[in-house]
Amino acid sequence: MFYREAGQFKASYAADQAIFPLRQDQWGVALMLLVALVVFPAFGNEYFFQAILIPVMIFSLAAIGLNILTGYCGQLSLGTGGFMAVGAVACYKLTTGFPELDFIIVLLLSGVITALVGLLFGVPSLRIKGFYLAVATLAAQFFLSWLFNKVAWFQNYTPSGTITMPPRDVFGITITGAEADAMHRYVFCLVFVAVLAMAAKNLVRGPIGRSWMAIRDMDIAAELIGFRPFQTKLLAFSVSSFYVGVAGAMALSLWLGSVETAEAFDINVSFQVLFMIIIGGLGSMLGSFLGAAFIVLTPIMLTNVMVGGLGLQAVTAKHFEFMLFGGLIIFFLIVEPHGMARLWQIIKEKLRMWPFPH
Amino acid sequence: MMDFIDLVVFGPILDMAEYPAFFLEVVFGGLMSGVMYSLVALGFVLIFKASGVFNFAQGVFALFAALTLVGLMTGTVPFSLDKALPELPAWVAIVLTLLVMVLLAIAVERIMLRPLVNQDQIIMFMSTIGLAFVLEGLGDTIWGSEVKALDVGIPTGFFMLGEIQIQVFDLVAAAVATILVVVLALFFQWTRTGRALRAVADDHQAALSVGIPLKNIWIIVWSVAGLVALVAGIMWGSKSGVQFSLSLIALKALPVLILGGFTSVPGAIVGGLIIGVGEKVAEVYWGPLVNGAIENWFAYVVALVFLLFRPQGLFGEKIIERV
Repeated sequence: MFYREAGQFKASYAADQAIFPLRQDQWGVALMLLVALVVFPAFGNEYFFQAILIPVMIFSLAAIGLNILTGYCGQLSLGTGGFMAVGAVACYKLTTGFPELDFIIVLLLSGVITALVGLLFGVPSLRIKGFYLAVATLAAQFFLSWLFNKVAWFQNYTPSGTITMPPRDVFGITITGAEADAMHRYVFCLVFVAVLAMAAKNLVRGPIGRSWMAIRDMDIAAELIGFRPFQTKLLAFSVSSFYVGVAGAMALSLWLGSVETAEAFDINVSFQVLFMIIIGGLGSMLGSFLGAAFIVLTPIMLTNVMVGGLGLQAVTAKHFEFMLFGGLIIFFLIVEPHGMARLWQIIKEKLRMWPFPH
Repeated sequence: MMDFIDLVVFGPILDMAEYPAFFLEVVFGGLMSGVMYSLVALGFVLIFKASGVFNFAQGVFALFAALTLVGLMTGTVPFSLDKALPELPAWVAIVLTLLVMVLLAIAVERIMLRPLVNQDQIIMFMSTIGLAFVLEGLGDTIWGSEVKALDVGIPTGFFMLGEIQIQVFDLVAAAVATILVVVLALFFQWTRTGRALRAVADDHQAALSVGIPLKNIWIIVWSVAGLVALVAGIMWGSKSGVQFSLSLIALKALPVLILGGFTSVPGAIVGGLIIGVGEKVAEVYWGPLVNGAIENWFAYVVALVFLLFRPQGLFGEKIIERV
């Protein structure tokens, strides 16, 4: 009853093809943005921003990146962590190498550099597919980790091997470095992620997105009807890597501040992001956000309940988290391969009728 | 430029020629670690051949089997870390562990594989990643996560063959791997079940229509993979202790599989040996040029380059695709 399109007439093609054609959706998105932009900064505290909101934002962006590659174009990647590391290192080298460069440009350039690296590792995707490709991306993961760990140039020859983000301003407000306020960092994250997510949403519903989905659904058939597999796959690789790279750069500059590249972006990060898009929903923008929120929040809640509430040891909670995530992956693949995004679809369909039975 | 070529190409090769005994020792060490990789890769190939599932959890299977074995041998009470139960002799513990692995295979078939029949291979692959996480958490919860020593009475020590030092343990590992491969080959070739397995691998549908029970076959295959995992777990566990990192050898087995081909048992062996030797030689002779630790990625890059030229691996079946 509340969520239905009756009475909303479209008078132009533009209105009909809007991203959110329904008035309820428009209000919903506006309301969410309002809450995220006004209510959270007004009432949130340091812990809330640093431990929950910022990581959710950053991992959402990484999940969008992987979703473009895996969910839309059907190319499985286990190298997300490695590409995030590329973004982080690129961001670090750019800010320290060109201190006068604007931070937003640094972030975008880190994405572009990661896109180029992604392009390189995407080249084998023409010859190989499926889990062969997954192994190829594992090569990227291990090689990049090793490279950033062993070649001291990437760490500016610091003896500890960690990279630390110097303070940088955007519009006169310090948002990176140790002194930056968590609320400012969060708002910057939010705006940046919202803009990039909107761009991705538009990309995947246009001709480019459709060519990706054609390749995903059956690559040989797509090739026969005129899609060029090589260009399409490489484009997916580079766009995906761009998003993942920006996420990595943001993880360094806005969230962690100082990281040891090989440890902060190891293979577990790759799996984590993969789990996000499976649980959230393969091939869904909403799913990327839901999955990221779920994967970031669940361990925090588990730790609070099991360690704080039940008095169990932290290590037990960690093992339980492993089992829970693994079990959920299997559960979602069996019961709902389209993830939480699909659950939201079902809820929407039910809401059209609710509270009437017919 | 000439200096660079000299450093990268001729230097290491001259090193090899100058100290042939040391080179042989490196190669031999590589062969032995290759045998260990082959053991893990073998488990992958068996499951892939028979069910088309790429089982990412194979390494965790090995870890789980080794953990169970150690737990039984030390008389640990599950979930509590108390050592209150009687300590079992190695062979009893091995038989019991095997039983656990069979139960695990049955559970996997019932809970995970059956609802996922006819899904894309990539979906199955991702579900086994989930399985790997479940088993990892489960194994650690039941048996505790600290590093455990495993000793089932494999002889250690070394002897000298000419100038080369040879570990007795390595020889035992190689012997066990050989026996395992021969037994498996005989099993596949000559028994009724083996023939059924090959039929299923060839075509699920056709096998079903001539009356081969698919679900039993899957249980058998996953049990055999559990057996291979147990052997691999015992070998790796005795060598470097039973610990979390054991599950990471699965990741090392992936390039081995790519090199050898996903469907070939000899491929797994040869691939494992090539990767083992290549990795050791590269680490010893080229590693110092780039600060070492290239062992971590060398195998993957070899596999990657190899894939570009021969996507189906050394011995794999040619991939034919139709719309």
